[in-house]
Amino acid sequence: MIWNEPKETMSRDQMYELQSARLRKIVDRVYHNVPFYRKKMQELDLEPGDIKTIDDITKLPFTTKDDLRDNYPFGLFAVPKSEVVRVHASSGTTGKPTVVAYSRKDIDIFSEVVTRALACAGITKNDVVQVAFGYGLFTGGLGLHYGAEKLGAAVVPISGGNTVKQIQLLQDFGSTVLACTPSYAAHLAESLEEAGVDAKELPLRVGIFGAEPWTPEMKKKIEEGLGITAYDIYGLSEIIGPGVSISCEHQIGLHIAEDHFYPEIINPDTLERLPEGETGELVFTTITKEAMPLLRYRTRDISSLNYEKCICGRTNVRMSKIYGRTDDMLIIRGVNVYPSQVESVLLEIPEAKPHYQLIVDREGSLDTLEVQVEIDDKYFTDEIAQLSKINRKIKQKIENNLGISVILKLVEPKTLKRSEGKAKRVIDNRKL
Amino acid sequence: MVIKQLSVFLQNETGRLLKITDILKKENINISALSIAETEEYGIIRMIVSDIDKAEKVLRENDYKVKVSDVICLITPDIPGALNEKLELLAAENINVSYMYGYSSEGKARLIIKASDPERAAEILNNNN
Repeated sequence: MIWNEPKETMSRDQMYELQSARLRKIVDRVYHNVPFYRKKMQELDLEPGDIKTIDDITKLPFTTKDDLRDNYPFGLFAVPKSEVVRVHASSGTTGKPTVVAYSRKDIDIFSEVVTRALACAGITKNDVVQVAFGYGLFTGGLGLHYGAEKLGAAVVPISGGNTVKQIQLLQDFGSTVLACTPSYAAHLAESLEEAGVDAKELPLRVGIFGAEPWTPEMKKKIEEGLGITAYDIYGLSEIIGPGVSISCEHQIGLHIAEDHFYPEIINPDTLERLPEGETGELVFTTITKEAMPLLRYRTRDISSLNYEKCICGRTNVRMSKIYGRTDDMLIIRGVNVYPSQVESVLLEIPEAKPHYQLIVDREGSLDTLEVQVEIDDKYFTDEIAQLSKINRKIKQKIENNLGISVILKLVEPKTLKRSEGKAKRVIDNRKL
Repeated sequence: MVIKQLSVFLQNETGRLLKITDILKKENINISALSIAETEEYGIIRMIVSDIDKAEKVLRENDYKVKVSDVICLITPDIPGALNEKLELLAAENINVSYMYGYSSEGKARLIIKASDPERAAEILNNNN
């Protein structure tokens, strides 16, 4: 179902006009209310009047995660603190947390885009939505919560973790929708199997998964394991949270709520804007947000854009599923390696579990990549010769895909961190 | 005769074996035979224990990768050529031995043998006792 037909099916020309008008307004507001942006624009010899249409967006400066950190905590607010009704923040595992703020109208927008996303995934007021995203500073839990409520569905705000309880409520409450990270969904599928619960017997029918990159192979595995159709929800707190985009029933890209978030694809090295269809770093400008609008925010996610009208009737631009992150990319002996490549390979090998950890190190001047993998129970044997054979098979498949040699290490079950939040897939011990 | 053996996957790191013996001790499970096959990174510990079902259950509950398999327990006289004689019987029937472990004392050798076809192997060894 299309929740907001006027906005989700408007013609490209109308969208151009709407985005242009909204951009002019937002640029004017940040120029006058956010010293950081005024300074940046002045350095570029830009005034708000220079921005006439959405095409002029390329004149504007970029914003990075470091800019958010430098202005920690409230430096980028465009409204007085009294207008702020909520703040969210990143976990800050790699330095200071990044803070984002919402006015009442921002919360309305947030709820609106999540509602659109859920409707796009075929969810209605008759559904029971188990929100297993974390509630708290992370936007996932509350974001899905508000959207599902606005849609009129029954929300089960269980938050992340506590797998035993999750399984109990899936059974007792008959939840029809599960919202969580894909790695947690995979974990739940596995736990259901261990607990002897047949997922296909459960009323669960739809999964709304996001907040970390996942491969099509993993999607298939989760769908089979839970007996559901999985939808890919994308978002980041800096832009609003989940709901920036969502896949529809045709599963060919994610529809962006582009009347609120204007997307661009750039070359992350030259910062040049790339033409439609090319792959590069995804950049968003929030063209309606009040409390903390961001101009050309560099997401570090790798994607591409497609402006063709979708079979589902939506005219909103679609972004491809995220290929990876510019900062997830490892350069090992000069070769670009994405952790998601390893995951894809593992999902194709029945002997291996799709849980893995990559340890990058440097011996002398040579980079080493160790891949730690768990062997699947069904294939566990106590004969070293057989285990070595499996080890060699996995190693060879990974090496064929990555194009570099790896050290493959079979590890004890559950020594690899299972994610009840986001998975820690890579440990880089190189001192570069 | 054919008996059940319990094998556990362990990382080849300090303290890993201790954890297993500790779990079994707490459950009051006795180990009557044990051998470890090790590689650089991991090892497989193979055991004959007093209560295999309970041992399997508690180790699984502790997230270990566990396998129960059929092995042959063979008792031979502790004299030169006794093992050779038995292996000849198995080789003649084209039964492969992937590993074995054991010890001898008081005139007898006790061996645990992992053979490609345990039932058949036990039969052959029994018939020729």
